[in-house]
Amino acid sequence: MTPQTASDLACRELVQLVSDYLEGVLPAAERDQFEQHIASCPGCDVYLRQMRELVRVSGRIAVGAPQPEPPPELLRMFAVWKTERAE
Amino acid sequence: MQERPPDPPVPASDDARLVAALRRGKEEAFLALVRRHQTSMLRVASAFVSSAAVAEEVVQEAWLGVLHGLDGFQGRSSLRSWIFGILTNCARSRGVRESRSAPFSSFTAPEEDEPIVDPSRFLGADHPRWPGHWASPPEQWAEEKLANKETLEFVRQAIAELPPAQNQVITLRDVEGWTSTETCEALGLSEANQRVLLHRARSKVRARVEQSMQGGSQ
Repeated sequence: MTPQTASDLACRELVQLVSDYLEGVLPAAERDQFEQHIASCPGCDVYLRQMRELVRVSGRIAVGAPQPEPPPELLRMFAVWKTERAE
Repeated sequence: MQERPPDPPVPASDDARLVAALRRGKEEAFLALVRRHQTSMLRVASAFVSSAAVAEEVVQEAWLGVLHGLDGFQGRSSLRSWIFGILTNCARSRGVRESRSAPFSSFTAPEEDEPIVDPSRFLGADHPRWPGHWASPPEQWAEEKLANKETLEFVRQAIAELPPAQNQVITLRDVEGWTSTETCEALGLSEANQRVLLHRARSKVRARVEQSMQGGSQ
């Protein structure tokens, strides 16, 4: 259970602020409140960690993707462009 | 309009080499660019349009735009940003045309919607000691589960199923790693709107992953 902190930011409100926090756009006072809450609330600490983990996993989608050979229609398009350009 | 310098400024060396080769009509340079960006371009285009086939058409249209616009490339942005700028323009117009012609229900998923975390996860506002605090807090995810291919595929799928604007923002920001400025420019969004969409997108995907981690419905 979450100990009530002086900042009194409820978990329900904190989850609304997570992206603003991660984006670094929370005003200083709110950021302090946010961090104080995280330090004393295991549930919100896990929530924030999960959002960070999700960003990391999403980034791996692009990294692991295969690089297919260019489709033949692109090569045809290039050939046409090159001919037109030379004219 | 600013006065143009006599020669196009020299972009980053690799970009400069590729652009010069392309201007000379070298197919290898085109192939190198396509290999480098095609997969990302398809993924980005897919966030705007309804099917993989249409995304492929959009990407092809973008490449044509790149070739025809080549002489106008000044190197003020990186070649990559320039190419993706052309792509997102093509994809946006195509997405708009599609949404106009699509049946009402198929492409108009609401962007304004339910709370980002199920309200029943929190204690009520009238709780005597802990109003608005977790009733059912999230549980830490196992690192090995997070690292596996199934989770990666699950996240990819969850992103694909988001409403279009949320899908576009999270794809550019988190999958492709664009900055918020690049994303706002490409999508024509304000920073604030972009953050709202990103927050909704991440929150929904988090909730879906949480369900799957707990063995719930996928």
